[in-house]
Amino acid sequence: MAGQANKSTRMLMVISTTMVIIWIIIASFPFLWTLWGSFKVQGDFFSKADWRYALWGTRTMVETGGAFTGSGYEGAWIQEEFWRAALNTFVVVFFTVIISLTLGTLGGYALARSGQNYAFWLLMIALVFRAMPHITLVSGYLLPFFQWNLWGHLPTTIIVLVAINQPFTLWMLHSFFLNIPKDLDESAKVDGCTQFQAFRHVIIPVMWPGVITTGLFSFLLAYNDFAVTSMLLNEGNRTMVPAIAGFLGSTFEEGNVMFAVASVVSATAPLFILVMFFQRQIVSGLTAGAVKG
Amino acid sequence: MSHRTFLWFILPSLVAMLVFIALPLVSVAIQSLHVEHEQVLVVTKNCGPFGCKEETSVDFEATQKLSENRPLGRFNGLGTYFDRGHLATEEVALAWTSRTSLGGFLSSLYNLPFYRAMAFTLTYTFLVTPMVIALGFLIALGVNRIPPALKGPTIFVSLLPMIVTPLIGSLILFWMIDAQGVIGKNLQWLFDDPALSLKASPWLTWLTLFIYGIWHSAPFAFVVFYAGLQTVNTDSLEAAQLDGANRWQQIRYVVIPHLMPLVVFIALIQLMDNFRVFEPIVGFSAEANATSLSYIIFSDLRGDVIRFNSASATSVLTVIGVAILLMPVLIRTWRDFKGKTV
Repeated sequence: MAGQANKSTRMLMVISTTMVIIWIIIASFPFLWTLWGSFKVQGDFFSKADWRYALWGTRTMVETGGAFTGSGYEGAWIQEEFWRAALNTFVVVFFTVIISLTLGTLGGYALARSGQNYAFWLLMIALVFRAMPHITLVSGYLLPFFQWNLWGHLPTTIIVLVAINQPFTLWMLHSFFLNIPKDLDESAKVDGCTQFQAFRHVIIPVMWPGVITTGLFSFLLAYNDFAVTSMLLNEGNRTMVPAIAGFLGSTFEEGNVMFAVASVVSATAPLFILVMFFQRQIVSGLTAGAVKG
Repeated sequence: MSHRTFLWFILPSLVAMLVFIALPLVSVAIQSLHVEHEQVLVVTKNCGPFGCKEETSVDFEATQKLSENRPLGRFNGLGTYFDRGHLATEEVALAWTSRTSLGGFLSSLYNLPFYRAMAFTLTYTFLVTPMVIALGFLIALGVNRIPPALKGPTIFVSLLPMIVTPLIGSLILFWMIDAQGVIGKNLQWLFDDPALSLKASPWLTWLTLFIYGIWHSAPFAFVVFYAGLQTVNTDSLEAAQLDGANRWQQIRYVVIPHLMPLVVFIALIQLMDNFRVFEPIVGFSAEANATSLSYIIFSDLRGDVIRFNSASATSVLTVIGVAILLMPVLIRTWRDFKGKTV
């Protein structure tokens, strides 16, 4: 009896371990493959003859003399000036995160401390706004932006991304502020602080873990956006994601698809580093909303 | 907190949302009721040696001036909503009266762009969401049992498909399933069919998009469930064990009820996110075989001639779709809220 139970436990262990291993392969292999392939020529990465060419770099040897080549990266970053797109991404993401957090912290704090009916309704409206597909909003912006000459500028895009980010930021920071004991700012107010002073001197010093976590998600939203940046920016100042889409649209010819592969790897690298350093915060952020229901 | 203080705290955020989310929705609604100006025609009398002829030509200058003065175009009422590109009432009525079978009716419905996009969007939403929940749950159960030292790296790897830019993630998979890519080539070998291409048939394209969707979103469900598993009451698990419950029964009667609120949360977020499916269609260049509501708005705005009215009408219909989707949640929250105050 005991032996049988042991056997079935071991059986279960084998099944669940196998499943985890398969999942790890499914989750990571595409990235490893693309990273490896980005140092090959197109004849290897998209091989007409044999997919194993990409492993050994058969065509890469013939064409460049070495098993690895940086020509994809060179083409993307220097020839096609991908660095401009990277710079634009940095500007857009940086300001979007800073402004989102500033507005969101104030709003989220107010929502967490108000307790009035309208605070509840604002959160509900924010939830509905959160569900709006971004592209439906973009179709609302486009005509007025054309008319008022606001189209194609980085600041416009930043403000739009901030606004689209707000519902989510408010929800998340609201639930973080609920976790900060009310007594903290209440006692400061008893000591004669105004609400803002209480916020400034008592809440700000203890709110950073929540703000950093929310900031990570604002970063991801701004960094990963395609709908807004591809529609609101022109070719001269577009960010990385629409630039990659542009590589595909205009230059699907020999060799140039490797520019897209190289720039895809380049754009993924910061995300890897982000997850590496902030894994704990990302996990806690994903679950924060769930715990609150 | 006094009303006044509350207002000052929330004001910046509220203004941003009003101006860039609420007003655009109004703008979309107004745009959808208008249509671009007709071209201004001028009739000129052309008299030659063989008599006079009346010629009609387009007055480009006047047309341009008109659209500059009134960029919205002329009022069209609900015309755009019922045209062929959207609800297509006439075509649907015709297809219904001349139907030979229900299947025939549905396939003629599928030929209309709006219904086509709708079909894919809904199928994607209601297929990917439960699959994501199921897969995420299984992975969470599996990861929960591996040695603690391996958990960190496993979670790191698991987060990657979710964290990566949707367009980039879909491109990475698209290149691999290409007929000359690693997965495409191996599938050809596996099925012994050198002409096999996942891009060729509509059903295979749909399938790859669904698989991408599950791959992309499963980590989210996994992380939430994994965190939930850490809070399962060990006492009730042990009690169930003592009562002779086997592993499956423990999961079925202790773990799953505990995680039920999380299932609701994940389902809500996933329904919202999957309903706006868009980037994978661009990434997989799948527009010939699969379009979504978001995608047809995008292509209206992207064309050589921007069709504001068409994009806006689709947007309004999409927003109505979102509202219907959220309705159960809103009603439930409203009941909870009323229950609390009473």
